Amino acid sequence: MIFPSGSGAVPGPDLPQTDEKVTIMQREKSLTRSNGAGWGFALPGFGLMVAFIILPFFFAIWFSLTNQRLISPNPTQFVGLSNYTQLLSVGTILLEPERDENGATLRDDDGEIAYPRLRNFTRNNPDYPKIQGMREWFSWQTGPNDELKRVILAKDVVFMRALKNTFTFVIIVAPLQAGLALLLALLINQRLRGINIYRAIYFMPVVISIVVVAFLWRLIYDGNNGLLNNLLGAISFGVIEPVDWLGQTSTALGAIIGMSIWQAVGFHMVIWLSGLQTISPTLYEAAELEGSSKWQTFRYVTWPGLRNTAVLILIVITMQAFGLFAQVDVMTNGGPLDSTQTIVFQAIERGYGKQDISGGSAISVLLFLIVLSISLIQRYLTRERS
Amino acid sequence: MAIQADNHRLRIAVRYLVLTLIAALFIFPLIFMLMSSLKPSQQLLVDSGSLRAFLPVGDISFDNYVMAFKRAPVGLFVINSLLVTGTTVILSLFLCSLAGFSIAILDWRGKAFVLSAILATLTVPFETIAVPLLLMASKLPWVGMEGFEFGWLNSYRVQIIPFVADGLTIFLFVQYFRDLPKDLIEAARVEGASWWTVYAKVLMPLSGPIIATAAILKFLVMYNQYLWPLMVVQEEGYRPVLVGLQYFFQLNTAWGEIMAYLSMITVPVLVFYLFLQRAFIASIASTGVKG
Amino acid sequence: MKHLTLTAGVLLASTALAGSAIAQTELSMWYHGAGNEVESAILNQIIADFNESQSDYTIALESFPQGAYNDAVQAAALAGNLPDIIDVDGPVMPGWAWAGYIAPLPIDEAEFADFLPGTKGIWNDTLYSIGLWDAAVALVTRQSYLDDLGLRKPTLDNPWSQDEFMAALDAAKASGDFDFAFDPGMAWTGEWYPYAFSPFLQSFGGDMIDRSTYLTAEGALNGDEALAFGEWWQSLFEGGYAPGTSQDGADRDTGFNEGKYAFSWNGNWAALAALEAFGDTVFLPAPDFGNGPKIGAASWQFGVTTASEHPEGAAAFIKFATQDKYLAAFSDGIGLIPATASAAAMSKYYQDGGPMADFFALSEGQALVRPVTAGYAVVAKVFEKALADISNGADVADTLDAAVDEIDADIEKNAGYSN
Repeated sequence: MIFPSGSGAVPGPDLPQTDEKVTIMQREKSLTRSNGAGWGFALPGFGLMVAFIILPFFFAIWFSLTNQRLISPNPTQFVGLSNYTQLLSVGTILLEPERDENGATLRDDDGEIAYPRLRNFTRNNPDYPKIQGMREWFSWQTGPNDELKRVILAKDVVFMRALKNTFTFVIIVAPLQAGLALLLALLINQRLRGINIYRAIYFMPVVISIVVVAFLWRLIYDGNNGLLNNLLGAISFGVIEPVDWLGQTSTALGAIIGMSIWQAVGFHMVIWLSGLQTISPTLYEAAELEGSSKWQTFRYVTWPGLRNTAVLILIVITMQAFGLFAQVDVMTNGGPLDSTQTIVFQAIERGYGKQDISGGSAISVLLFLIVLSISLIQRYLTRERS
Repeated sequence: MAIQADNHRLRIAVRYLVLTLIAALFIFPLIFMLMSSLKPSQQLLVDSGSLRAFLPVGDISFDNYVMAFKRAPVGLFVINSLLVTGTTVILSLFLCSLAGFSIAILDWRGKAFVLSAILATLTVPFETIAVPLLLMASKLPWVGMEGFEFGWLNSYRVQIIPFVADGLTIFLFVQYFRDLPKDLIEAARVEGASWWTVYAKVLMPLSGPIIATAAILKFLVMYNQYLWPLMVVQEEGYRPVLVGLQYFFQLNTAWGEIMAYLSMITVPVLVFYLFLQRAFIASIASTGVKG
Repeated sequence: MKHLTLTAGVLLASTALAGSAIAQTELSMWYHGAGNEVESAILNQIIADFNESQSDYTIALESFPQGAYNDAVQAAALAGNLPDIIDVDGPVMPGWAWAGYIAPLPIDEAEFADFLPGTKGIWNDTLYSIGLWDAAVALVTRQSYLDDLGLRKPTLDNPWSQDEFMAALDAAKASGDFDFAFDPGMAWTGEWYPYAFSPFLQSFGGDMIDRSTYLTAEGALNGDEALAFGEWWQSLFEGGYAPGTSQDGADRDTGFNEGKYAFSWNGNWAALAALEAFGDTVFLPAPDFGNGPKIGAASWQFGVTTASEHPEGAAAFIKFATQDKYLAAFSDGIGLIPATASAAAMSKYYQDGGPMADFFALSEGQALVRPVTAGYAVVAKVFEKALADISNGADVADTLDAAVDEIDADIEKNAGYSN
């Protein structure tokens, strides 16, 4: 839409900025509008993806709605959403403490209030049909004197823990790894002699097989005389005691996080680097001429030029973080006590380990929906504001 | 002037120090792997508990390498992997850059949908689609030497074709192309260049960094494939390197041989990466803040 | 015309000659021995001997690495690409038989009358597979440890009771000479857990599943005996007697031989190394926790696939391979128990007075196969996780209940795994 500005003469200085931009955009649009070429160029690649990724994924969705087992002589049956309800069902119950004949609350040996065992309610108990087969997920004290216990139950507690762990992992790793990778990329992007060697070395962890990485990090994290414990002990002159990093529920996930960031940061450093290359050096020269500091240069020259790369990195890191599997598989097997359980690990264990392809597919579909929602939110938040 | 020069040298030295400290953090597994490959398994395990793990001490020899070759056809596996990986990388760079160009530069109906679909596939872990893909692969037709045949199992194509197009590579090109200066494209179009010329003669020559990035990432993924080859290849003749690694995990694991095998199969990756390094530097001009 | 007759004659003659070559059918066989030089050599020898001994069939072997074998075969089955003969791990066999990948073995069961019970793959009262060897587990230690700690040496007829076993561990722990008193092998995740540890459960009187019906695990895996087992299992780790799930794989492989552990629960494939490490290595029978001492059984076995068009040829090969001399050869090569007593008498390690002769008796007397059900894959995984969780401090009753629920749900989902 072009707003009329008088008799059609050269636009005066009071022409609104938006019109000019709209005009340029329109001109660009018509310049680049080309359905034939557009589809023609994209179709080979996209076609392959449809055939070999999207189509099988629809198969997987189909599997998740059935009771398909990996190998079975029984015909497959459609079961609707039962796989999903089995994964996501939650329930709740309010427990009263056990009381003696006078009505006083009983306490156990540790001084904790004694509650009736959950198994009395959740197994073979027709009075509580909704929570049959569920297990405790978490609970808190409530009621007068904090004597009552509100318990939240879940049908598949392991899956719930996997969800929680995976989200924790993503929230910590995504910004941390992206930030560290950017720092490294900036560091590496200098013109120093031999910088190529450093660039190669920083990429090494990505190249080394997970077998070697797992072997070494097990040694580092070993509870008895692992390298990390030795280091901490030496630095603190023996104040810090050795910790069984992989064997304790409180530290296992953190240990995996550390190792994962170390291993993948080079991967993203390389992507940041390629983005840095697109920033025209004249901009840097101009900034230097104006005497801007390092930080100012970064903020006003480098960072704006990295917009698209930043979006790419954020999306990719998030998606990869949600797919955490290999490290858990070789280091902790999901343990101890599900503290390193992840969504993809559960999907694979269900699908291939327990041969329940329908369950594994259901988990994958849930993962897909979760990551899709998050990436949509991300793209909305980082959209181009025109 | 002298003080300024000294300051300058000091700052450079500090930079190198920082770079080197970080480098030590990243390189130790490589050193460990190489050193361990020279030691007998027993000693290797004992050494692992101390700094000796990184030093070529003790009973050093190339025995592990010799024994690795006896245990598994290492050369065959490396060739298989390189063949599959190389072909996939080349095809992928071509098809994905085309799609990336189309999405980033051109304007066409349905583009947003296609981009969304492509990005959506990034969330799908391979294991989810492995079984359906396997069922497909066992039935797909092909025109081979003997004419029309069904089933892609036990071949190179089954390890290549499903992986040529992937969301990450396409997205890498999309974002990179979006960042390139538009005036170059405009200039070319004004002179009457076809879209193909714009792609091939204008944009791709400027895309050294992203081509190198996409190539190395794709190379890594393809070279380290394990689950898919395991499922679709039953003949030893087509096995890639990571399936071959399993040969070494017997009941009494020979860690020395494993380290030797891993050292050998890591070499092509390192060579490829070092070779691509030069392309990481922009072909427009070198950038970077002068120290 | 003459030219044509000559050509026809040549054609006829060459066809006649080729006829005898065509009659040799090639049978494909898959084995899990890739990367294992000893096993591969012995198997190749058997195949060569078989090919020579008759002219109807030749065997073509494709080797797979052991760690990847099961996955590879399953994928091949899904894709419809199985060979004639495969070998299958004992407890996995019912699942494949149920799914229709393995056919009943067309050999009279009477031919294997003197084979160890663990070597026979029987499901639904039908013989599907036969093994050339069995594998047993024992308590490995040194005579000098027993002497130093003042412990009596248990025998097959008079094994340790639970109290005696714990007393032995206490003594070892108190001595301060070892990193840990007992190494069950928690670093070996996977099939080791059900294979090695379910016998303890069975010795307490419980089981992974109710074997009378195979339709539920209720009462077997979470009954009183199982709870007692769970409490004992947890005490091993909470009491500091054994390294838990964070044990390093290398420590498991070499720990006993380096003197880190007083007692090691290990199989006879590792026995050779232990014998070489110390001159006085002894293999003690399992303790009796109340229901008689038990150890696991059943290892790799040969079977014929339903995809085979020549089951009689496949059967002929399998029968050929089960001759005593080959059983003894495998035993000498990899240290596992030969399937028959006659083969044992021929073997290096298992003949009377041989260093591992005890294992043969153990296998005969104490061995109990893992549950024979097509749903074994789930039972094994669930059991493994339950044991790992209990060792890390989870509530025993709740964990076992959850395990039972999962197993039961899976059985129900698959219509009882019956056929």
